[in-house]
Amino acid sequence: MELPAPADLLPPLLGGVWVTVRLTVGGAALAAVAALAGGLGRVADNAAVRAAATAYVEVFRGTSALVQLFWFYFALPLLGVELGAMTAGILVLGLNTGSYGAEVVRGAIRAVPRGQYEAAAALSFSRRQTMWRVVLPQAALAMVPPLGNLLIELLKNTALVSMITLHDLTFRAQLLRSETLRTVEIFGLVLVLYFLLAQALALGTRGLERRLALGRDYGGLR
Amino acid sequence: MTFDWRFAWEILPELLRALVVTLQATGLGMALALALGLVWAVLRRSRRRLVALPATGLVEFVRSTPLLVQIYFLFYVAPSLGLSASPLVSGVFALGLHYSAYTAEVYRAGIEGVPKGQWEAAIALNLGRWRTWRAIVLPQAIPPVIPALGNYLVAMFKDTPMLAAITVLELLQTAKLIGAETFRYLEPLTLVGAIFLAVSLLAVRLVRRLETLSERPA
Repeated sequence: MELPAPADLLPPLLGGVWVTVRLTVGGAALAAVAALAGGLGRVADNAAVRAAATAYVEVFRGTSALVQLFWFYFALPLLGVELGAMTAGILVLGLNTGSYGAEVVRGAIRAVPRGQYEAAAALSFSRRQTMWRVVLPQAALAMVPPLGNLLIELLKNTALVSMITLHDLTFRAQLLRSETLRTVEIFGLVLVLYFLLAQALALGTRGLERRLALGRDYGGLR
Repeated sequence: MTFDWRFAWEILPELLRALVVTLQATGLGMALALALGLVWAVLRRSRRRLVALPATGLVEFVRSTPLLVQIYFLFYVAPSLGLSASPLVSGVFALGLHYSAYTAEVYRAGIEGVPKGQWEAAIALNLGRWRTWRAIVLPQAIPPVIPALGNYLVAMFKDTPMLAAITVLELLQTAKLIGAETFRYLEPLTLVGAIFLAVSLLAVRLVRRLETLSERPA
């Protein structure tokens, strides 16, 4: 069955959507870990931990995502570390987004009022208990909207992997363009597909925000 | 293979020349983003929904789709519209358009920060719409958001390597070419990363200074 134009271009593009989704999910999982570790590291008591976290955040925020991708894919093998395109993609997307996320985590932790730490100390909570049971649950709500925006930035950045030959949505669009030359239709369709993916992420973020805000009418974060 | 400092030193001048192209693209792209973003922000405030809704939709769409795809789109589509643009020109246009969606939001925050009384005073003084915007609202809306705009300048600078995809000879493309000629990717790519880090750290510092300046009461 032949679909009417431009829908006939969809089937070859959908395989690319799947690669894009996998990159987004993998990158987001790594970014979440990196953001939490980086953010906690930036407020740690230990000076060496703080310095390491700061170096991570500054290097990954200060150099361009595409340059990082090329470095991990083309330069790192020369130092003896060979990475597949998918691994390099997820690694760079995750570490890059995580460095921005670390600043979000740090900001949200610092926004928790001092009284909360004092109350935890009064109840003789350990540092770990204070962080995980008192501070982070309150900071989480403040983190959701900016982290949701970063998630959409991550989705948009997945397009970069097409430049290291990974067959994501953007790469398929290029292939299809060279076969059919229907440039406007193809790239128009691809933009709409990315837009729909981004809207789905935004919807999910708003839902999560509503859930976390349930029953909260205090905390000084909103 | 280890990092060859002599080779790195040799290719540094070529990379610094490419940095000029990168900075040009950033400067021109930002000028376009500042102008277009202001247009979107003002159109979105229009009372005519036929004007406000398309502007809102455009900003939302441009902001949630990848810059790289927009670069390809403009680069490949321009010729079919009879516009013969060089890669650099289409690239600058794509950068400007993409970031105008972000600057529009920044301007919007600035405009919303202008007290309602200022608009009412402009009506009471019988000022036209154009004069209200130009003489009353924008002079109060823009200065507080200059640091936020500066952050997007730095962000755009870090997105310029995407122009390598359409063969603009900026930093990354130059490093790729050096790598292809010499089979050494480690030094050029590491240097490009270092240059980006140095320039963006410097730029961030300048933006911080802008912040302290704009916080000071006039």
